[in-house]
Amino acid sequence: MDNLDTVVAEAMTAVADADTLAALEAVRVGYLGKKGVLTALLQGLGTLAPEQRPAAGASINKAKVAVQEGIEARRRSLADADIERRLAAETIDVTLPGRNAEVGGLHPITQTLSRIQDFFVRVGYQVEEGPEIEDDYHNFEALNIPAHHPARAMHDTFYIDATHVLRTHTSPVQIRTLERQAPPVRIVCPGRVYRCDSDLTHTPMFHQVEGLVVDRDISFADLRGTVDQFLKAFFETDLPVRFRPSYFPFTEPSAEVDIQCTQCRGAGCRVCKQSGWLEVMGCGMVHPNVLANCGIDPENFTGFAFGMGVERLAMLRHGVGDLRLFFENDLRFLQQF
Amino acid sequence: MKFSKAWLLQHVDIEIATPDLVAGLTMAGLEVDGVEPAAPPFTNVVVGEIVAIEPHPDADQLRVCRVGAGGDAPVQVVCGAPNARLGLKAPFAQIGACLPGELTIKAARLRGVESQGMLCSAAELGLSSDQAGLLELPADLRAGTDLRAALALDDEVIEVDLTPNRGDCLGVRGLAREVAAVMGAPLQDFPVAPVPATIADALPIRLNAAGACPRYAGRIIRAIDPEAKTPVWMLERLRRGGIRGIHPVVDVTNYVMLELGQPMHGFDLGRLHGTGIEVRHARSGETLTLLDGNVLELDAGCLVIADAQRTLALAGIMGGRDSGVDAQTRDVFLESAHFQPLAVAGKARQFGLHTDSSHRFERGVDPELPLRALERATALLLEITGGKPGPALVAEDTGALAAPGVIQLRRKRLAQQLRLDFAPERVKTMLASLGLELVEETPDHWQFRAPSWRFDLGIEADLIEEIARIHGYNNLPSATPVLAPEIGPSRQRDLAGIRAVLVQRGYREVICYSFVPPEIAGLVTGGAPAIPVINPISAAMSVMRPSLWPGLLLALRHNLNRQQERVRLFETGLRFGGGPDGEQRMTLAGLITGNREPEGWANARDQVDFFALKGDVEALLAALGIGARVSGERGTHPALHPGQCLRLRDDGDATLGHLGLLSPVVARALDFDQPVFLFELALDRLPGAATAAFRSLSRFPAVRRDIAIVVPREVTAAAVLGTVKRASGESLTEARIFDVYHGEHIENNKKSIAIGLTFQDSSRTLEDSDVQSAEAAVLEALAAEFGARLRGE
Repeated sequence: MDNLDTVVAEAMTAVADADTLAALEAVRVGYLGKKGVLTALLQGLGTLAPEQRPAAGASINKAKVAVQEGIEARRRSLADADIERRLAAETIDVTLPGRNAEVGGLHPITQTLSRIQDFFVRVGYQVEEGPEIEDDYHNFEALNIPAHHPARAMHDTFYIDATHVLRTHTSPVQIRTLERQAPPVRIVCPGRVYRCDSDLTHTPMFHQVEGLVVDRDISFADLRGTVDQFLKAFFETDLPVRFRPSYFPFTEPSAEVDIQCTQCRGAGCRVCKQSGWLEVMGCGMVHPNVLANCGIDPENFTGFAFGMGVERLAMLRHGVGDLRLFFENDLRFLQQF
Repeated sequence: MKFSKAWLLQHVDIEIATPDLVAGLTMAGLEVDGVEPAAPPFTNVVVGEIVAIEPHPDADQLRVCRVGAGGDAPVQVVCGAPNARLGLKAPFAQIGACLPGELTIKAARLRGVESQGMLCSAAELGLSSDQAGLLELPADLRAGTDLRAALALDDEVIEVDLTPNRGDCLGVRGLAREVAAVMGAPLQDFPVAPVPATIADALPIRLNAAGACPRYAGRIIRAIDPEAKTPVWMLERLRRGGIRGIHPVVDVTNYVMLELGQPMHGFDLGRLHGTGIEVRHARSGETLTLLDGNVLELDAGCLVIADAQRTLALAGIMGGRDSGVDAQTRDVFLESAHFQPLAVAGKARQFGLHTDSSHRFERGVDPELPLRALERATALLLEITGGKPGPALVAEDTGALAAPGVIQLRRKRLAQQLRLDFAPERVKTMLASLGLELVEETPDHWQFRAPSWRFDLGIEADLIEEIARIHGYNNLPSATPVLAPEIGPSRQRDLAGIRAVLVQRGYREVICYSFVPPEIAGLVTGGAPAIPVINPISAAMSVMRPSLWPGLLLALRHNLNRQQERVRLFETGLRFGGGPDGEQRMTLAGLITGNREPEGWANARDQVDFFALKGDVEALLAALGIGARVSGERGTHPALHPGQCLRLRDDGDATLGHLGLLSPVVARALDFDQPVFLFELALDRLPGAATAAFRSLSRFPAVRRDIAIVVPREVTAAAVLGTVKRASGESLTEARIFDVYHGEHIENNKKSIAIGLTFQDSSRTLEDSDVQSAEAAVLEALAAEFGARLRGE
């Protein structure tokens, strides 16, 4: 059976020489196919003497298995090489930027407003809004600021006509809400306000958030606790907060709230005019006249209100030095937030 | 209000460092705005006395003085001041003196004459801007005395920013009262003795508007010395209070105003007519020429002081030019009156005036002050100018004087409001220190009478504030209110969600001013009038925006001018229509320009077009769940290209907004040379999202058929789809336009639309014949309605 060994050897050579799957398949067909060399040898067994057939058959089958295994091994190696080639061909520069990944962004004032609002909404305050062209009654009279009251000089007012102004604060929303809704009331009122003032530190339009709680047995202590917690949450630090007596016609007692300067930590710097403190909001107990103006009995209900400038808080939190940048809408500014 | 610290401390018995005083005032509600030294630093300046003076040999303008400065012998000084004269005492900067402005005094020769120092003006010492001549010092100062000590210049000027309720602190005495109360220090007595009359002359005063002026004190002083000069100490205190010296009479009235808080006025008696004066409301047609030369047209709301012939002064605001004192005045009439806040409030502003006097009367001046202030001013004036005082006359209508009210304070209310149960003794002590008088006391409550100077104390809450203030706001308890949470439907449209969709699609939010230039508002609205602001900051901010587009377009221009080429902006906010009572609609608007995708190696490079914007708006409506409730049709808008404008409408055909290409007319006016696409939506008009109603999913296969039809160019996609849906029967689940073509192989006025039709039945597998008949019905309907034919047929 030298012939058989030769056949196997030739087959193995052909297998090794086949460098594509197609060539390998041709080799397989040439040896193991219906008309293959080894298939022909098996078919030729019939010509042998019966006593020779078992041994010869076994030899041929062995050769067949050897060739089959050779082909399989080669097929695997060729397939692996094929994958290797594909992998090499399909390799890309994964450090290139992705397609159209750009998203826009929210204005830093909106971000700050939402942040403020969320603290209060989470503990049950409702969000209320109101008109920006406001009538004199809601912007002033109902808030205990009659005509010619010196406090009106604190508000550089834009006038639309004899009885309408651009609201100078978000406080009229307090009135509109209390006129509509019986206590308990707890609301935050975010929005644009207007003062006729334009210089380095004033823009004629800015944003406030007003808060109002009216219920039975609301005290000055409640106001202090609420404001203190809010400011610590907003600035994410246990920063010192102090209340200073002040005056607003619509609250009594009234207070200004200072936080320790976020720049110098109270040591005194240019930002805090060396005082170590920054004024961030005004607040107080709702004046009984304001409640009465809204048909609420100040004997039975008391409340507190607070109001803060959103730009101021945004500037402190993000370190923005120039107020006017907020309204230039320069993309190079907006993209930073 | 600015005041000298040293002056204040003459009224309160307290030794206190300035920072502690500043902190004490600020924490008591009298916010300190700033502290400045009364004089800038300088050294080696003493009181000098000119003991000899002769002309300079070589210069007409200069003189050679010998100045006594406390040393052994006078020194020689060359001086050019016009008021240098023998015997004058003036500041003398000795050799080695350092003056403000880093000026060091050295020996010098001026036109050949040796000068050993410099005689100084007020300006040279940084005391004022007065550089007309040497600062004239009082004759009784000893030559050689250090000037800082002589003028008490080592003092500080404190400026408090008083809230409008604290008119009582607009005088040193009032501030002292407050400091004494909050610091717990004794208030020094400040007696003012009546000045006896030496002549009988008096000017009768008639109060013909007692409601506005219930008390008026006045006095004649004759034969004052017109040459008299206001003493430096008084000018110094005035200066530290921010007031310039003018004339001894004016200076004295100003001084008393700074000291006691009572505004006063001095008339030149010789310029008054008749034998009395009257306080009354103006008659219409009357005019008044003010000290500053302005002529006021008075109306019946104005309170005036008048003599027999004419109006003399606008009461409590400003005197008239024709009755004021000047260098010739010999006889004066001093006024010290109580004008009610409402008589003055608003009047100054009506005439564009704001004076120290109106500032105080608007806030309320102690009605008990007029006579006291008059006596004080008389004494001071006599010291300076000499003269013969007549009797102090007081005209008053005590019935019209508001009696200080009695205010009840309930112990329980106090404890409830401040969450602190104060001991009764403590309450009484605190309020007594502020001048409140205890009228009645029970275990449950007290009755207090407010002092005459506190116009801001009227109700219980005012007393609670005073107690909180004296106790210290920061020493009071702090708590967290217990709020019972409520569950209810949200009343607000989810603005955050709307913004998030646009941000995801690459839009950047802007915040534009609500007032815009009228010409741009006009461009956008086609000339419709916008609501003007009566007193705008500038013409470019003079009308309320009738649309959000003007602001967005300006923001776009700002960025295009800064080399940004691809811009996508949006804003939410109110827009204003109609008149002052008109609509204020919550609006969303946006614009896009430049490349559809940001520049990138893998990104498309085509420009945005109408459909890029429409896709964004459709995505937004879909995200809000109202895509099916809003439809669009060809529309017109003054700011948009007539061929590329979509009107968005709801089921009831109400307009919800517009989107489209910025009209070339507007683009040209704004200097845009690239196409800009804009949208605007009335957020408050958008329909609510319908609650989704479930439809079962079909278990049977879907069949797709694509058709391409040729129709006239003017036939809209919406019309074609409408017909397709109507004609195709129930099994059509989707009709999608996947190609639109016109050009080669299609007639000139036609276009080809390719539509993918998807059929599916929920109860069975569709047969070929089902689909074919549906498709045939569609084609038939399209042919009938639009003359459509299949492409290629």
